[in-house]
Amino acid sequence: MNEFFASSTTIGVVISLIFYYFGMWLKAKFKSSLINPLLISIALTMVFLLLFRIDYASYNNSGKYLSYLLTPATVSLAIPLYMEIERMKKNIKAILISIFVGSITSMTVILIFALIFHFDHAQYVTFLPKSITTAIGMSISEELGGVVPITVAAIIVTGIFGNISAEGVLKAANITDPIAKGLAIGTSAHAIGTAKAMEIGEVEGAMSSLSIVTAGIITVIGANLWAMFL
Amino acid sequence: MKYLQQFLIIMLVTCIGEIIRYLLPLPIPASIYGLVLMFILLYAGVLKLDQVKSAAQFLIAIMPVMFIPAAVGLLDSFSALQPILIPALITVIVCNVVVMVVTGKTAEFIISKDKKKGENA
Repeated sequence: MNEFFASSTTIGVVISLIFYYFGMWLKAKFKSSLINPLLISIALTMVFLLLFRIDYASYNNSGKYLSYLLTPATVSLAIPLYMEIERMKKNIKAILISIFVGSITSMTVILIFALIFHFDHAQYVTFLPKSITTAIGMSISEELGGVVPITVAAIIVTGIFGNISAEGVLKAANITDPIAKGLAIGTSAHAIGTAKAMEIGEVEGAMSSLSIVTAGIITVIGANLWAMFL
Repeated sequence: MKYLQQFLIIMLVTCIGEIIRYLLPLPIPASIYGLVLMFILLYAGVLKLDQVKSAAQFLIAIMPVMFIPAAVGLLDSFSALQPILIPALITVIVCNVVVMVVTGKTAEFIISKDKKKGENA
């Protein structure tokens, strides 16, 4: 089985899609927003690999073609963003200030927890860029002397948690404005959160996309400053 | 023809993003350069929406599944994460909720203040 996975160029894509489709089917069947297809597909794929003793590298021999599409898909986020340009212009002040405040909040909360849990400097800077998109976060972590694979893990867990919790958290906090919802999701949970924002609505998706770019750039500068605090 | 053109444009802009990434020594990924460039091309009118829209919508619609392989890769970094697993999870989860609420509340506050100002004017 492992050998076949290592030689195939499609099997990883197919099982990922099947498990995601199964998650969507479950969600439709039970009509519950608690059922998250992304989480289900990740968990089932992991179980599948462990059960059949397939190495991650063998799975990723074909799975990587799904990851490959991420770059053009992220570029494509410019299209819904452009379609919302009037709304963006009209609310530019709210957009920039809230993403700025959100990004600063993220780094400050990490600093507080780093102090509580007695993280050393390397552990602290490993988590510092965890709310932003993977590629930017990785470079920041590397530059500041963090442990890059853990940064990647923290970024992915952040995104998945944001994707799953977004609707519940926003509802509990009584945040109803579509612009505010999109900014909140994108600033806290980057591209994986944005995938959820796109499902919620066009305005939410566009604002979330905008937050990936803006929060990413603010954090590049901010993380260099915040790194000096511990 | 329509899909070919749209796919070509998206891949071309992505590739230009990679070229910019290659040339500039900043920690910004090619996808972000590409996103900004695509936005500028649309804004400047160099590209029309219907020259990219359908293919872009397809890619965005299937975007969630693109995160599966990277997330499954957590299997391999689990051993590195294990010693600090609980503090790490608490940090990640609390930070996520706080940032989401603070960002959303800040945005709503400014939007509603601006609206009131607009009504008074």
